[in-house]
Formats: sequence, structure tokens, C-alpha cells
Amino acid sequence: MSNTLESSLEADKTHMHMNRSSRGFAMGDMVFKWTALFFALVVLLLLAGIIIMLAKGSVPAFEAFGWGFITLEDWDPVNEIYGAWAALVGTLVAAAIAMLIGLPLSFGIAIFITEMAPQWLKRPVGTAIELLAAVPSIIYGMWGLFFFAPWFAAHIQPGLVATLGPLPLIGGLFQMPLLGGASGVSVLTAGIVLAIMIVPFMASVIRDVFEIVPPVLKESAYGIGATTWEVVWNVVLPYTKTGVVGGVMLGLGRAIGETMAVTFIIGNASQLGSSLLEPGTTIAAKLANEFNEADGLQMDALIAMGLLLFIITFIVLMLSKLLLMRLAATQEGRKT
Amino acid sequence: MMRFRMTLLAGAMMAAGAVQAADVATINGAGATFPYPIYAKWAEAYNKATGVKLNYQSIGSGGGIKQIKAKTVDFGATDDPMKGEELEDIGLVQFPAIMGGVVPVVNVAGVEAGKLKLDQAVLADIYLGKIANWNDAKIAALNPGMALPNKLISVVRRSDGSGTTALFTDYLAKVSPEWKETVGAGKAVKWPVGLGGKGNEGVASYVKQIDGAIGYVEYAYAKQNKLAHAQLKNKDGNYVQPDGETFAAAAANADWTSKPGYGVVLTEQAGAKAWPITGASFILVYKEPENCAATEAALKFFDYAYKNGSKLALDMDYVPMPASVVQQIKATWADEVKCDGVAAMAK
Repeated sequence: MSNTLESSLEADKTHMHMNRSSRGFAMGDMVFKWTALFFALVVLLLLAGIIIMLAKGSVPAFEAFGWGFITLEDWDPVNEIYGAWAALVGTLVAAAIAMLIGLPLSFGIAIFITEMAPQWLKRPVGTAIELLAAVPSIIYGMWGLFFFAPWFAAHIQPGLVATLGPLPLIGGLFQMPLLGGASGVSVLTAGIVLAIMIVPFMASVIRDVFEIVPPVLKESAYGIGATTWEVVWNVVLPYTKTGVVGGVMLGLGRAIGETMAVTFIIGNASQLGSSLLEPGTTIAAKLANEFNEADGLQMDALIAMGLLLFIITFIVLMLSKLLLMRLAATQEGRKT
Repeated sequence: MMRFRMTLLAGAMMAAGAVQAADVATINGAGATFPYPIYAKWAEAYNKATGVKLNYQSIGSGGGIKQIKAKTVDFGATDDPMKGEELEDIGLVQFPAIMGGVVPVVNVAGVEAGKLKLDQAVLADIYLGKIANWNDAKIAALNPGMALPNKLISVVRRSDGSGTTALFTDYLAKVSPEWKETVGAGKAVKWPVGLGGKGNEGVASYVKQIDGAIGYVEYAYAKQNKLAHAQLKNKDGNYVQPDGETFAAAAANADWTSKPGYGVVLTEQAGAKAWPITGASFILVYKEPENCAATEAALKFFDYAYKNGSKLALDMDYVPMPASVVQQIKATWADEVKCDGVAAMAK
């Protein structure tokens, strides 16, 4: 809807220009058009180049281990046996924890700023969040390693183990790690720090899209007696869903691909622990750790993991598009 | 930032160098991170003495080998010596530049630096996960009278591929058949237990922080971070403290000519005072370099370092190469590094 409006506005503008302008103007337009097209194509070319190089580089790894490369847990550089499973699962689990914590937080922040905060508070909170988004990831990593992980191990971890540990089903995820246990370096802490890192991104995008909702829509809803929650759920969210999903995907993308902070906090263990409190690793962390010194098959295996990371990101994007299409379809259905 | 500036500078120098290739203003090297601090110090002194700059990228041993193979640098540096046949195939000459030691460091309440004693079997068992508590009878047997807490051992090791790990695992494989069988030696291995820290700094910070941790780092890092190191039992059965003297003792009895390219690993060497986890860091240059002047300049730099760099090295807890070995290295240069059939260093 808004897209067609925009493009028709655009068309009107060009008409106006055409009517009152000389050839030079049209010429400028052409140059602009081709330049823009060129830049757009450069992005596509880059993407294609990355895919081709990754696919080519990972051929030896897949030749050596077949599809089993993906499901093999071993990572043994001495005997040249490489599998991506531990890093793959670590990546997904850490990102899932980050989303589980980060998503509600971001929504809360965005709703508070746009709907509830008094005017004088909106700017400071908004700016603070944007500043948080600008903190380099290594800082989060150091903070996580030096402050958060030990604090978590001393104050939160024992409680988690005592309360959630004995529960059926999820209890296994909260067993005391065999290894020391005092370090707090684990998949769970990495996920929590990731959550803190992605909240500023998601919250500021979601806030921005919430703010474009025409006040008249919200006011009419308030006018017929809707609560703040009802306004957000029934008016703001449906109006902004594309932008919201985009913001969430941005956060998820960062959670999946984040390297430096995760390398610091996750413990870089290539075995898959059964508990979330055990150290683990992610694809990005593994690449950061081993790329420098790798050669031969190990290098091929690392590149193959890079390809897997790329594919995961692609699947995530595809799922978000599907979700949007599904949302659009149900809404169409509701209208008729 | 620092390195970025150095690279910029080097870039500018390289551009200038291209015009007057005969007079080399910058030597380009890349590789091992362990010797980087001392190479940087030497480079500073060398620059003051001769005006020639050294641009060294500490990107890791594997990277150093890759770069010299690709001929993008004048010399490569590696902690893990290349094998004889590989050197032959590519046409490289390998020689050691500097030595250092790897030390086990611990963070155990009540245990001071240099007090804890470990022998070969116990250290291997800790890293195999077979000894899991500091109050284990096997540790207590080596340290009579020491109060060791009932605390789980947190094993810390490197997460990145590294020459330090290569030395440490080479040592464990030499002293423990089980380690050799199940894990093996290399720049990265499949660790049975433990947390991985990135770089010497990463391991040092984990050990500092985790109560009950044990890790291994280059000696210089242990000293800088004031970590509590342990004594190790050497091949002769003596407990030794890590320092310049015991590192040098490990090198003294080594037969450097036994391996092509001086590629001996100095772990578990004989000698009453020898520190068991000692190693050299190596330099790689082409036998028949395309850019002869640059290789010559690199050799001159190391010649200078052998001659004048010992004090700097000792100050930074590295061990300079013994004079007898330097003699052999110079003979190797004269014999093997040739420009148009003439020895590059024939001066």
C-alpha cells in the first residue's frame, strides 16, 4: 500500500520534471538511474562472489566427510576429522537464548518509549539505547568475561541449578557443569550477553517503526475505549509488522553472526555439552579462533562452516519473508 | 591502531622502495605471534642503528608459512618447524631466531608462584581429565605438606591454533603414551576437557579469574600477568623453575643438526637444569629468492639480532640462540641462500 503510494508520488515528480525541464535534466535523471542500478548490481555481484567462493572452498570438506560433515560432532585437527555439529548447534542455541530474552525486552522498551513515556523521558532513553548500539562488541566481550560471567557463576548459576535443574524435560539443560563450574563461561552466559547486545538494535528499529503509526489511528482506538495494550496489539503492530519483523531479523542476524564477544564468553569447547551451563562454541567463534593457523583440510572445513553460516542466515531471512506473507494473507482473509 | 599505522608506513616505504629496489628500506616479515614482542624490540634497535625498518605482521605461524609460500613477504616466521621434505619442495631455508619456554600456571587458593610441583604424569592426567580435583592424592604426593583445597580443576587451554599449543602438546605426547594415543600433538588438538581462551592473553585472563584453574602460557605472559607458575619435573628427575637459565639448559644439549632446518623441538630434553617445555621460533627464507636484496636485508637483520640482540631478549625473558648454533646458522646461510649462484651473505 505505502509502496504503491510512494511510487506513484515518484512518478508524479518525474512527470513534473519532464514537463518543465530541458534535455539536460532528463540526462541527469538517466545518469542517476544507471548509477543507482550499478550500485545495486555491485551488491548482488558481491553476494554472488561470496557464495561462489564459499561453495568452491568447501568442496574438499564435503568430499571428505559427505553430508555427515554437518552432523559430525568431532573436531580433531590432529587426525584431520572435522564436523560442524557442535558449532552449528552452539550457534543456534546461543542465538535462540538471545532472542528469547532480547525480543520481549526490545518490545517493552519500544512500547514504553512510544506509548507510555512522558515527553521529557523519551529522548534520553532513546538516545541511551542508540549509544548502546554503538558500543563495540569487544567491549561487551570483555565485560562479559571479566564481570558478568563470574558474577553469574557466583550469584545466578547455583540458583538456576537448584530450581530448574530437578525439573523434568528442561532440567537437563540446567545441570551444574562438570568443569570447574566457577567460571560462568558457558553457552547460557554467551546467549545472555548476546541478548544485551542485540536489544539496542531491535529496540531502536521497532521504536522507529512504531513512531510512524499515524496518531489518528491510535487516537481513534483510544477514543473507543481501547487500553494501551489493545492499541499496541491491534493497531500499532498490524500497521508496522514489516518493519518490526525487519528489526527482529536484524537482531537475529547479529546474534547468529556475532564473533568477538561470543569468543570471549562461550568457552570455545568443541564438544557439545548437554547442559546450557557447559562451555560450547559457535561457527563464528570457531572461524575467529582457527582461521589464522589453519591449512589443508582444516581450512576447507572452516570455509564449509562459513557456508553453513551463510545458509542459516539465508534460511532465517526466507522464514521471515514467509512469516510476513502468511501475516498478510491472514489479514486479507480477516478483511473479507 | 599501532599496527595499522605501521602498515601504512610500510606501504609508503614499499612504494618508495619499488623505485630504488637495490637499497632496501623496509624488510617485510609475517608469522608467529610468540616472538613478535622481541622482533619488534630488535626492529626498533636495528632501525636506530641502520635506518632500515622491519614490518612484521604477527598473524600466526600458519599465516607466516602461507605468506612466504605466496612470496608476499621477505621472510616467514613459524613456531612449529616445517618438515625437511616440505622445505626442500618449496626451496626454503629454515633457521631458529629465538627461544622461549611454556609454563603451566595455576590459580589455587593458598598456592604461591613457583611452589606447586607437577611431574609429567600428573600434568598429562590433569589435561586428560583423569585428575579432576586439586586434593587428588597424586598431586598431594608430589607436594607433601602443601594444603591443597577440595576444588574442581578447571583446565584452560588455547582455543586458537598456536605454536604454544604445539609445544605443550608435543611435550604431553612425549611424556604420556595415553595422550599420544588419544589426543596427539599439534597447533590445535581435540582437547578432552577444558575451556578455550583466545591467545596467551585469553588463557591468562581465564586462569586469573577462575578459582581452581590451570593453564599454560608463554613465560613472558605468566610474568607480566603475575600468574602463579608451577615447577615441573624434567627428564633428569629434577624439579626446575622456569627462567632464562633453565630454558637455555634445555637448548644446550640439543643436537640442532639432527633435523633438517634446525627443526628440533626442545621438549623433555636431557640436562639437570633443563626446563621441559622449551622451544625455538623459526624463520623461513627462500634459497633462491626472487627479490634478492630483500632477503639479504632480512638475513642482515637477523645477523644483527644474533650479534646485538641478546640483552634485549634476556630482558624480555626470551633466550638468545647459543653462539655455537649461530655459527652453524651463518654457515647455512652461506651455503644455501644464493643469489644468481652467489651466496647472499658473502660479506
